[in-house]
Amino acid sequence: MPENSQANTPTRITPAQIRMLERLCNACGVSGDEGEVRRIVLEHIREYADEIKVDALGNVLATRKAIGERKGKTGQVLRVLVAAHMDEVGFMITSDEGDGFYRFQTVGGVDIRQLAGKPVWVGSEHIPGVIGAKPIHLTTAGERKNNISLDNLQIDVGPSGKKVKPGDRAVFATSFSRLGPSLRAKALDDRLGVATLIELFKSPPPGIDLLAAFTVQEEVGLRGARVAAYALDPDLALVLDCTPALDLPTSDGEENTRYNTRLGFGPAIYIADSSTLSDPRLIRHFVDVAESLSIPYQFRQSGGGGTDAGAIHKARAGIPSLSISVPGRYLHTAAALVRVTDWQFAMQLVYTGLSRLDPQILQAER
Amino acid sequence: MTDPIEFLKQLISAPGLSGYEGPVRELIQNAWQPVTDRLNVSRLGSLHGLKSGSGAEPRPSILIAAHMDAIGLMVTSQVDGFLRVTEIGGIDARVLPGQLVTVHGRRDLPGVVVQPPDRLLPDEVQGGPVPLEELLVDTGLPERELQRQVRPGDLVSFAQPPLELGDDVLAGHSLDNRASVVALTICLELLKDRQHSWDVWAVASAQEEETLGGALTSAYDLQPALAVAVDVTFGKSPGANDYKTFPLGKGPTLGWGPNIHPKLHQEFKKLADRLEIPYAVEVMPLHSGTDAYALQIAAEGIPAMVVSIPLRYMHTPVEMVTFKDIQRTGRLLAEFICSLTPESMQSFNWDE
Repeated sequence: MPENSQANTPTRITPAQIRMLERLCNACGVSGDEGEVRRIVLEHIREYADEIKVDALGNVLATRKAIGERKGKTGQVLRVLVAAHMDEVGFMITSDEGDGFYRFQTVGGVDIRQLAGKPVWVGSEHIPGVIGAKPIHLTTAGERKNNISLDNLQIDVGPSGKKVKPGDRAVFATSFSRLGPSLRAKALDDRLGVATLIELFKSPPPGIDLLAAFTVQEEVGLRGARVAAYALDPDLALVLDCTPALDLPTSDGEENTRYNTRLGFGPAIYIADSSTLSDPRLIRHFVDVAESLSIPYQFRQSGGGGTDAGAIHKARAGIPSLSISVPGRYLHTAAALVRVTDWQFAMQLVYTGLSRLDPQILQAER
Repeated sequence: MTDPIEFLKQLISAPGLSGYEGPVRELIQNAWQPVTDRLNVSRLGSLHGLKSGSGAEPRPSILIAAHMDAIGLMVTSQVDGFLRVTEIGGIDARVLPGQLVTVHGRRDLPGVVVQPPDRLLPDEVQGGPVPLEELLVDTGLPERELQRQVRPGDLVSFAQPPLELGDDVLAGHSLDNRASVVALTICLELLKDRQHSWDVWAVASAQEEETLGGALTSAYDLQPALAVAVDVTFGKSPGANDYKTFPLGKGPTLGWGPNIHPKLHQEFKKLADRLEIPYAVEVMPLHSGTDAYALQIAAEGIPAMVVSIPLRYMHTPVEMVTFKDIQRTGRLLAEFICSLTPESMQSFNWDE
């Protein structure tokens, strides 16, 4: 992708970009332990940054000064925060039960119905283990009508395994793979956002100061984003995330009208979620850009859930914010699934939208 | 000699659901070719390998059966670009959401078993275990492409890659009962350089998980004097700790119960004691849940025995075994075969 050229917007996802996403998804970064992801981020962006630091919580905050002249009447260049969270949901080992068995707790929103019978990687060395389940032969029909509770699940690294200790983090051990037009991996929420932000930082949209925040602890309460927004003090913020696509058939055959987002319909623009009312000026701008360039997009159905924007828009005296997500099925499970074209159009919309930001945009009334 | 770890990893990575054992049978055939005198495939798809004994003809034979079929899923229908499935073999649907699978359509398609969001499920299911009928398989393909590739009746195998936990432990799907196939292969390899008087029929049996049909028909066909089923048994694990469960790495179990000829059990036990092979006695008050149930009642009835390898999390895609136990099982079988003399049958009687 050529740099410094507004005409050359990214169009196709390249094999190198897929490989970077693969590396990011296969890395382990449970909330509070994002080091492995952070190292990959720093490796990719360090040489492009005018300023870069890892803050007190572990966020990577990197600045790239505006390339090209596009100042407004006031002579100001817009300072735009773009955030993507590095952390993923997972587990923490809580006790050693002997013989290779360990109790654990979930970190972030994990449905306990997704746990039984899955391989995991434990700790920074990715020690393999499994979350077993009682054999069906030894269960009763009554038992099978209830969920398998966390009390009845343990991580098992094998009878000779010794290297695990309480406090270690664990994640589902699913390796990234390509499924035709789709990608299947753990942690696509939000390594997709991280990958997009890395690309954006390497080839920045002209005319704005790009303030990149690769945040920590989104899954456990938007903690990294809050301090990142304070520290960077931007004029406006864009959050790149991955949002649930609940576009499956209903069991009664009725039309599914509560899909949140749908795969293959392009990036999802947020209007309202449980923690943020997006800035309407930014919504309008990105919609106009999408429509003028015929980039497919969809509105995320309003409702629960949220992104780092929930913390960012309330930082300091308030920061006009918008979230744009790639739709993803089965987020927070062992294997999420996204469509490559949705990612491609998200990259395109974000890049072009930022390239065409009128420095006066915030002068209009909200 | 085959590297047992690599061989087992190959075996569990090959499809071979009950009734469709072809791909895994081919791998076993290749491994048995150099260590048997004759190979053939039964009418129902079991693999028979004959290792001839040195005794005078007509020689008695012993049949050792390890079932090669695996549990899995089968496509029942398509809806909006997703697949609905049913089970082959007994599967607790609670372990299915999030499982990686391969759909054997016109070509093999990677996919994942998925649990629809609660909001799309019937009220009574929301928040609880989602039954198999409500689960879907997503291949990531657009609807039209899926329709071209997949038909009802297509098989769906688990696709979790084998996971090595240290030098001696393997986790993965289908270790029930491919672990026993490896034990039987080790037995055949040991016999290659040993003198044994009896004929040995090694049988990789078909359809154990559904009908026991492979073992039943092979035993009828081959008419052995004695029959041993090699299978897996429950490893001790969270929630599974009673008399039916056994520690990993502490040796195979020797079955005891109505499915088993008491003299045969005693002979195995004596031999294991003499060879200092660790074992546990597994009491089976009713059905052994193995091929032995069919072997025992084939033709006019055959004295049967069950030798089992402890395995954690049976019928999940993260079953776990140790190679120590597989090796010991293979050795015990080989030594038992070598201990048989032309007169041995006289001791398998009911003289109380």
